[in-house]
Amino acid sequence: MGTHLELRGLTKYYAHADGELPVLADIDLDIARGQLVSLVGPSGCGKTTLLRIIAGLESASTGDLRLDGQPLTGCDPRVGLVFQEFALFPWRRLIANIDVGLEIQGVPKARRRAAAREYIRSFGLEGFENKYPKELSGGMKQRVAIARTLIANPRIVLMDEPFGSLDSQSRNNMQNFLLRIWAERRDTILFVTHNVDEAVYLSDRIAVFGPRPSRILQIFDVSLDRPRDRTSPEANRIRREILSLLHQTES
Amino acid sequence: MTAKRMLPLLAVLLAWQAMSSAGFIPAYKLPSPLEVLRGLRDLITLGMPPGHQLAGHAYHSLLRVFWGYLIAAGVAIPLGIVMGWSRMLNAALDPIIEMVRPIPPLAWIPIAILWFGIGNQSAAFIIFLGAFFPILLNTVNGVRTIDPILIEAARTLNASRRFILLKVLLPGAFPSIFTGLRIGLGIGWMTLVAAEFTGVRQGYGLGYMIMTARDIQRPDQIVAGMVVIGAIGFTIDAGLHLLERVLLRWR
Repeated sequence: MGTHLELRGLTKYYAHADGELPVLADIDLDIARGQLVSLVGPSGCGKTTLLRIIAGLESASTGDLRLDGQPLTGCDPRVGLVFQEFALFPWRRLIANIDVGLEIQGVPKARRRAAAREYIRSFGLEGFENKYPKELSGGMKQRVAIARTLIANPRIVLMDEPFGSLDSQSRNNMQNFLLRIWAERRDTILFVTHNVDEAVYLSDRIAVFGPRPSRILQIFDVSLDRPRDRTSPEANRIRREILSLLHQTES
Repeated sequence: MTAKRMLPLLAVLLAWQAMSSAGFIPAYKLPSPLEVLRGLRDLITLGMPPGHQLAGHAYHSLLRVFWGYLIAAGVAIPLGIVMGWSRMLNAALDPIIEMVRPIPPLAWIPIAILWFGIGNQSAAFIIFLGAFFPILLNTVNGVRTIDPILIEAARTLNASRRFILLKVLLPGAFPSIFTGLRIGLGIGWMTLVAAEFTGVRQGYGLGYMIMTARDIQRPDQIVAGMVVIGAIGFTIDAGLHLLERVLLRWR
């Protein structure tokens, strides 16, 4: 499996009253196709900024960003982003929130509605097609947000703490849901979380970020079989290593 | 419930009628409710001036408001959306708007007569001015206060500028636009009556009607006309309110 997403020497700093505020320092990262990679690190460390740069919502100050060898600049149809706050359009009904990406691509209504219904079925959203976002639970909103991103068929899916605002029960459910979807589709997923437990449960690889200006401290390979036991000795060992790494850098 | 709410009003009417009947209120200053009712009947059947019935007055007034208001909404909404979207355009137009806005619509009447002559166009122009600014400012504000994450979500789905304007900014600003539409219609309706005081060419208009009633000393018809003007304004606002509740169910 060759390199799919390639980040080389990526830095980001913001202009500031007293000069420059560095956020990301020299990020190198390679992600292979079909992998689920998590980015963990202290809050405010620039994980979200990195995701926004890959999504094209912000630009890197320096460095090189490639997907399948081609440079990524600006918003690119090959990249999809799932927001923590769901970012559903409140005036659109559930089905129209799911197929909005296809509407943007100019897919005729009958076809995009049919595609949306597939997602509604496999995402367990039947019966809610015509509900507005305010009528949905947090877990449902996030499933709609994921469906909206996946239906446009991006080559890489970015997720910015997608389950961060859910209670722990629905968070666990959504983690299993994501793994099921991912097992079927084998998307490449780049997943930002501050929850080490979540990262260990989900990921093939975990990149641990240091505090600002962030660089990648270490990359952990998690080769546990799925479904994973959150409390297995191996999972605990990885979790302990990551936590102590984070702890060291904080003090 | 509604009957209960009508009780205070009924009490006031009864007290008013009693005072009038007892001779405490001179009829040439303020006719009694029953006299006003008779005045209303005369306005409907005989008309003021005779032959110019109430329905004709109401029709012409509504027509003037309709055109002035329609043009105001048609200009203010698109302009407000691009002003809310483009900082540059906003910076260019805002000073002009802030200079013109404090001029009361009624202060435009002399120049309107100079430009359009006495008649429908002048009146519609005054309505336009009254309705234009509330719609514009509420639209600009509506676009400004849209959660930027919705625009970002559209961008990550590769939405065109056109899609963002029409399918994100417009519906997102709609609640605020609707507030502007309601305020604008209220102000438009108020200015209309005053605009008609200066004269109407066809001899029809509610403002013209009550001024004519004053000229020939019919206070009962003046008050009846005022009640009608208020009732129409109330009905239009209630209609818009209802429309708002249907269109903004997603909120």
